Amino acid sequence: MALTAFLTDATLCIGCKACEVACKEWNEVPEDGYVWSGNSYDNTTALGASTWRHVMFLEQHKTAGPQISDMQDPFRWVFLSDVCKHCANSGCLEACPTGAIVRTEFGGVYTQPDVCNGCGYCVVSCPFGVIDKRHPDGRAFKCTFCYDRQKAGLKPACATACPTESIQFGPLDELRVRGKERVEELKHRGYDDARVYDPQETSVGGIHAFFVILGEPEAYNLPPAPQVPTIHLKSAWTSALVFSLFIAAVLCGAFAF
Amino acid sequence: MTEPSKPKATEERLAEIRQQAADGTLLSGQPDSSGAKSAQNGEQSYYGLPALKEPTWTWEVPLYFFLGGIAGLSACIAFFAQVFGKDPALIRAALWMALIGAGLCPGLLIADLGRPTRFLNMLRVFKLKSPMSMGAWILVAFSGCAFFAVASNELVLVGYGGTFMILFRWAAEFSGVITGFLLAGYTGVLLGATAIPVWSENRVVLPPHFLTSGLGCSSGILELLGFLIPATQIIGFVVSGLETLLGISFAVRKRPANRPLHSGRLGVMFSAAEILEGPLALGVRIFAGSSANGRHAAAICFIVGALLSRYAWIWAGRVSARDPQAYFETQRQS
Repeated sequence: MALTAFLTDATLCIGCKACEVACKEWNEVPEDGYVWSGNSYDNTTALGASTWRHVMFLEQHKTAGPQISDMQDPFRWVFLSDVCKHCANSGCLEACPTGAIVRTEFGGVYTQPDVCNGCGYCVVSCPFGVIDKRHPDGRAFKCTFCYDRQKAGLKPACATACPTESIQFGPLDELRVRGKERVEELKHRGYDDARVYDPQETSVGGIHAFFVILGEPEAYNLPPAPQVPTIHLKSAWTSALVFSLFIAAVLCGAFAF
Repeated sequence: MTEPSKPKATEERLAEIRQQAADGTLLSGQPDSSGAKSAQNGEQSYYGLPALKEPTWTWEVPLYFFLGGIAGLSACIAFFAQVFGKDPALIRAALWMALIGAGLCPGLLIADLGRPTRFLNMLRVFKLKSPMSMGAWILVAFSGCAFFAVASNELVLVGYGGTFMILFRWAAEFSGVITGFLLAGYTGVLLGATAIPVWSENRVVLPPHFLTSGLGCSSGILELLGFLIPATQIIGFVVSGLETLLGISFAVRKRPANRPLHSGRLGVMFSAAEILEGPLALGVRIFAGSSANGRHAAAICFIVGALLSRYAWIWAGRVSARDPQAYFETQRQS
């Protein structure tokens, strides 16, 4: 089965939140609060257990770069629909002690709600702050990459509902090429700070939901060099074992008296 | 955010609004050209919102870390006391401490689960890459060792001390040492191998920190139970000395990821814990360690500090997850 991917393009997003609505309705995700965040038109604030697509609204200073539309806005608008990154080396999947989180044949990271026991270790192991425990349900939830729809040969709900093709869905390799081409095109048109966000050089090893963004990834709360936390295992375990030997020596010394 | 003053909606006010709208002065001023309170001035993040999710663990988990450390190191103390042929009463007490600790731990862990009835799902897989999975297996193995060590020791004490029973006790106690070290140390690995900046930053420090405090608490409880022998005195000096060094290293190394340990109420709590476990316990032992009361006081200082410190570390994870700058800075440095 070919690996699939999302290419979410901030330069095509109009901030309509159709992806959020489609995701909620298709996946029957519970409400995530009716809140005025005060952060521009963003009312879902962040991805979470019950927010699997999150449209960000950035209002940047005009000096940050050229405006994407011809509108005479007083600042530079950027919208981006954030989603679970479906990492190639996935922190949540590796941390899960029950095997509830699995890799699908499409390369997505899928949480099985009938297995999850809500230990919460995936929550602290996600370098993108995506997966979370849902209250009062007690289990952890996140984007399923519409595994059910993909099984049936359909596009995920968000990509299907997106009216501007800001959310594109397709084969991983093909979309990676398309992302690069899109950035070249944007640069050619004067958007010098356009870039693909797909951390392939770090231990995460690339993501299956990458983005075309304008400016620094940090402005979208995307970490500049995310790492899969399991890279810390070796040094931590070594430290634990070496120090255990030291304590054994201390105990020998103490009881020798 | 300041509330705009609300004029009373009288007929006059409505007429005024109508007039202002006609004049084009109702919405005076322009939107701020700098945009919303967004990511600017080098302080790049999305409205300063967290880039990570906070740990969902509640009060049971730090208490579990604390008791697991005591239980694990109690098993170690029992074994080495046995090796050097020490007081059987001390060995018996330490073995029971290991078993009682092992008995309390699963309850705490299960209570923290979002779906407690599914706790057995932890044993569906054996996953070397997941410290949570390893921890579940370590706890199961340790509980078995602690049970068989206590059982065989009790049988030996009441006179069933045949060669087989003695050998069985050695095997159970030795397995208790291996699994005991793992039980006390893995909790540090569990925190270290996460995305939370303050935890992953200290991944090499946390396992020794937790092992040290497990050893000190176990030895301290034995002192409080009346085992005022040289061994517990030596252990008391070593652990409070180590914690003092650790406290100094935390105070000196002010990395961005360690900000939660140095600021706010949590900073106070963390410092208090470090002082109790380190310099205070050490000082009391140096100046009053010759008396029973002095040793008891030093032991209590250390135990209280160790318990407080476990809570401070979990709380620090929550604070750390809320600080996108610390998370991004850590990545830009590497």
